Order: sequence, then C-alpha cells, then structure tokens
Amino acid sequence: MGEDTDARKINHSFLRDHSYVTEADIISTVEFNHTGELLATGDKGGRVVIFQREPERKNGPHSQGEYDVYSTFQSHEPEFDYLKSLEIEEKINKIKWLPQQNAAHSLLSTNDKTIKLWKITERDKRPEGYNLKDEEGRLKDLSTVTSLQVPVLKPTDLMVEVSPRRVFANGHTYHINSISVNSDCETYMSADDLRINLWHLAITDRSFNIVDIKPANMEDLTEVITASEFHPHHCNLFVYSSSKGSLRLCDMRAAALCDQHAKLFEEPEDPSNRSFFSEIISSVSDVKFSHSGRYMLTRDYLTVKVWDLNMEARPIETYQVHDYLRSKLCSLYENDCIFDKFECAWNGSDSVIMTGAYNNFFRMFDRNTKRDVTLEASRESSKPRAVLKPRRVCAGGKRRRDDISVDSLDFTKKILHTAWHPAENIIAIAATNNLYIFQDKVNSEMQ
Amino acid sequence: MLSKGLKRKREEEEEKAALAVDAWWLDPGHPDVAQAAPAVASSSLFDLSVLKLHHSLRQSEPDLRHLVLVVNTLRRIQASMAPAAALPPVPSPPAAAGAADSLLASSDAALSASMASLLEDLSHIEGLSQAPQPLADEGPLGRPTGGAPPSLGALDLLGPATGCLLDDGLEGLFEDIDTSMYDSELWAPASEGFKPGPVEGPGKEEAPELDEAELDYLMDVLVGKQALERPPGPGR
Repeated sequence: MGEDTDARKINHSFLRDHSYVTEADIISTVEFNHTGELLATGDKGGRVVIFQREPERKNGPHSQGEYDVYSTFQSHEPEFDYLKSLEIEEKINKIKWLPQQNAAHSLLSTNDKTIKLWKITERDKRPEGYNLKDEEGRLKDLSTVTSLQVPVLKPTDLMVEVSPRRVFANGHTYHINSISVNSDCETYMSADDLRINLWHLAITDRSFNIVDIKPANMEDLTEVITASEFHPHHCNLFVYSSSKGSLRLCDMRAAALCDQHAKLFEEPEDPSNRSFFSEIISSVSDVKFSHSGRYMLTRDYLTVKVWDLNMEARPIETYQVHDYLRSKLCSLYENDCIFDKFECAWNGSDSVIMTGAYNNFFRMFDRNTKRDVTLEASRESSKPRAVLKPRRVCAGGKRRRDDISVDSLDFTKKILHTAWHPAENIIAIAATNNLYIFQDKVNSEMQ
Repeated sequence: MLSKGLKRKREEEEEKAALAVDAWWLDPGHPDVAQAAPAVASSSLFDLSVLKLHHSLRQSEPDLRHLVLVVNTLRRIQASMAPAAALPPVPSPPAAAGAADSLLASSDAALSASMASLLEDLSHIEGLSQAPQPLADEGPLGRPTGGAPPSLGALDLLGPATGCLLDDGLEGLFEDIDTSMYDSELWAPASEGFKPGPVEGPGKEEAPELDEAELDYLMDVLVGKQALERPPGPGR
C-alpha cells in the first residue's frame, strides 16, 4: 500500500461490496481482527455479527475476497439491577479482538457494565460410528451389537461455535466506554466515566483499579474519562482522554494507581474561537494509537488531531472534519447532536486517517499529501461495485452542481463507527443499522 | 432540526431570533454586544441548559459525560450573565454561596422559578438516602435547613451524601461490592435542603430516620442475612 499513491486513486477507486442490513438494529461498534480476516459488529440489541473474508479467487476481475456472515450470537441480554431499580442496556459498546493464539478466535465484548470473553471455534468434523448410540443419538438395543467399532471422524459442514468463556462483571459503577487488550496478551483494561480497571484475561473475580478520577466530593466533578487505549507495543503505557479535551499518558510502572499522569497532552484554547460550547466541542470522543506507536489520533466534535507522543504542548496535525458546523453550535446543542461521539481510525501504514460525520458522510485525510475527501455511505448514492463519488458540502459562496448545502444535511444519519483493515485498503462503515464495506480495487492490485 | 422531546417554552420567533445570533458570544468585541440582545441570547441558552440538566437528571441513570458538560456550560453562561459576581471557576461551598447570592439577586423571576422547579422535582425522586451529613450553611433565601447554592445545585445534588457508608474506613471493606447505589447521589434527598419555604421542614426531619432503617436493611442484604428484595422506604 504505497504512501506515494496518488490521492486521486484513493478518492476514486473505492468499490462497494455489499450493504448488510442488520435487521432493524443499530450498529454500535465495528472492529477488524488483527489479520483483517474477520470483522465483528455489535448492535444495540446486544448481538454480535462476525463477517469473514472469503479467500480470494484467482480468476475474474472481482477476485478480491468479499465479506460474508460467519457467525451471529447474542452477547449481552438486557439486565435489571435490583438494587438500583435500573435497567442495564444490552447495547454493545465495544468489541476488541484478542490476538489469535491457536485455531480459535477470541474477542471481548462489553455493554455498560459487563465484559465478556467469547471463544469462536470451527467444527468441520464429527465422530461417527458409536457403539452404544445410533446415528440419531438414541441408545442401541444392546442385543443388536455384535461387534465393536472405533468411531471415526468424518468431515461435515462447517459449524461455527461460539461460547462465553469469561464474564467480567461488577467491576464498574459507571458506564464502560472503552476496553483495550494489552500487548502482553494477558491483561486488558476497561474504562468507565470515572475509573479504569486492569483485568487479567483468566481472572474474573478481581480487577485492579489503575485510574480513579472520582472526586471526594461529587460536587467537584467537572471532568470524565471518555476513551482509553493501551500502547500497541509498550505494555506499561496507556492513554486516556477526558471530556475537557486532554489526554493523559500513564505508565503503570510508576505506581499502582496511575492518577498521576506521565504526560499530559493538551492544546491551549484558541481565544478567537472561544464560545460557550468550547468545552463541549473539545471533549475527546475517541483516541487511537498509531500502528507505529509513535502517534495518537483524537477526535473531538469538529476536528481530528494527530499527536506526537514526544510533544505534549499541541497536536502536530489538525484536520477540520466539518468546520461549517462551527456557526451552528447552538442548534446542535439544542438537539443534542453536539454530544455525538464520533470514532476515528488509522489505515495500516498510518498515512491516512478516517472519521465519520453527518448525512452518512465520512472523511479521509491523507497525512502526506494533505488532501482530504468526503464520501457518502448510502445505497441511493452508489450502486454495487460502483466507484464512490467524492461529495462536497457547501457552506455558502459558490455552489457547484452536486454540492450539499449545510442546511440540508441530515443530522440523524451519523457515521459514528468506522474501522480500517489492519493491512489493506478495506474499510467498514456503520451507518445506523447498515454496514458498508468498501475496498480499494486499484491499490489491492498493486500489492 | 428536531430536538429530542424537549418542550419549547418560548415562541418560535424568539427561538429563531436567538439562533440567528448564534455567533454572539464568539466575539466579545462584536458591536452588537452592547445591545440588549446578548442578554436575551444568553438567557435563552441558560434556560435551554437548565432544561437539559433537568432532563438529564431525570434519567434513571444519567449519562455522566452529558451531565458534566451541560453543567460546565451552564457555569460558563452564568459567569457571563453576571460578570460582576466574579464566580470562581471551581467554587468551594462558601464561595459559591456568595456567588449564588448575587446571581439570584440579579437573575430574573423565570430563572429562579425554573431552578426551583428543577430542584423540587429532584427532591421528589426517591432514592437510597444517606446518613445525615452537615450541609453547607448557605441559606441565601433564609431556608431553615440550608443547602448548597441552588444555582450550582446540579452537581450539589450529585454530591451526596456519600458520607453514608463510604467513610474511608468502610470503603475498603466493600471494594469488591458494587456500591454504586451509595454513589448514586443523583437522586439524593440531600436536595431536600434546597426546597424553598419552611413548610417542608418537619417532613425532612423524618428522612434521617428512614435513612438509617434503610441503611440497616441494606447492610443486612450485603452480609447476606436477608434475601434481596425491594428495599423499604419511599417507593418508586
């Protein structure tokens, strides 16, 4: 995947594979596994759907592997907390894959309160030729058994079996917003609004609290944790973001409780852009380490920012996602859209970043060429296998033919969840209850 | 654009007027700042924020991020509406009391009314109560039981009474038990203190007794002496 690829190729050569309608349920999270072979989605109904990429066929122009449904299971059910008389939503907030260590795949899925470890295994053989049972499983009449046989394994249709291996419950008072698997493949962390816990994947009845920002007096609460992630290579480092727009990098070697950050990343407020809503729009909704581990990507309401771990004073790059909304903040505050939490993603080589927006638009920024593109994920705007057409939002001034005006943007169509294949130019976009998977045809041929 | 079930108290024209001057507070040097309109815009924004706060606190389990952001925005708006009050960024209770005094004095009747109704509604929300704790002695309106300034009431309501079972010594005992019910100051009857008027006085005195009975019950539940069932007290 060349970084010297002309941005125009990225703009124009995305094909649309399929559009999957996940039956009335809104997708709440999307995540590729470490090889990109599997793609997991979680929805508001507590279900997880896993897609698998079909092996590439050698012939034909459309020979790139396409994603088909591999497994569907109910991860979380609605629960009732009797002590607080509260319903606990079954909505899957996050899914994270564990690195594959044997033939089985494992993932962590979480709702507001409980994290579960699921193991996904394949069965393509079954034993046949039991002595005591017949083919339907009924006990044989022993008088008919005249000789003994050894059961043999016969190939059968592929069956994907999913089983819950661990349930990590009662670790969180507040709502879990992130989970992140450590590079040591033994531990993971879960973060809620005020606390972050460290778990061992094999131990469910105990977790260590590593960050606690709950003030002694709740009157003094002014800031909450919004996202957190482990460093991809250094198992002692993790970052968490706050509702005030700051990032804190913590080192678990320094202390058991990492309330003291090792580094604080914060950009001073721009006085020319100051408004009542400054804090809300600076609230970081997602933070992602780059694959290299050198940078961090953050998303706040209007921008995505790239931070260098070595520089705390300000981000090294800032990209405007939809600056035309800056003059509409009051209306967006009124209808609560200003509180929407968008995610962001790196491509495999950390050269392109992607994030969602409104009107089913999503944006990509090429860090090298500084070019950006707006694309739309909707069935109306593109036919299968067609090339996506770049879109443009017109905020006044000269308007071109296919421009969308700011006032006609549909704010109910938000793309909050996006994911990028770890190695190839394949992206997964969740548009409400639809999943779109786009592939870059040209680049994959250039592999 | 539609708001999520928010009831509009104002006429649409007024709303449009307020929204049309969206960029007001962006530039304090703006010539229009001198006019009365900024106060209108700020006031409608204040009402909107109070409404949002109300709505948020009404949820059985409020979104803490949403709540904190709305409260912080509310503080900013308050600070701009009464610049002379010099509201400290993170007021301690006594300082807040002073600020609250001046804010209450300078704000209009509608503002006090909306805050009062907000607090009144909240005080109706039953919840596991906390042990009686010394409430900050503010009494800006001469209330008998005192309470934290209502203008910053939102987070004061969150404040709780965590004093109940969460004294430092006890907290360690219950580390691995979900003590969220004690943490959920969100429906803290500590708000009782904010009720305007002395009429509620006698009623509030009963609350501490109920508190202890409930606490005992909950303690029993926790140590397994009692099967879990709906706790006694103000039913939901």
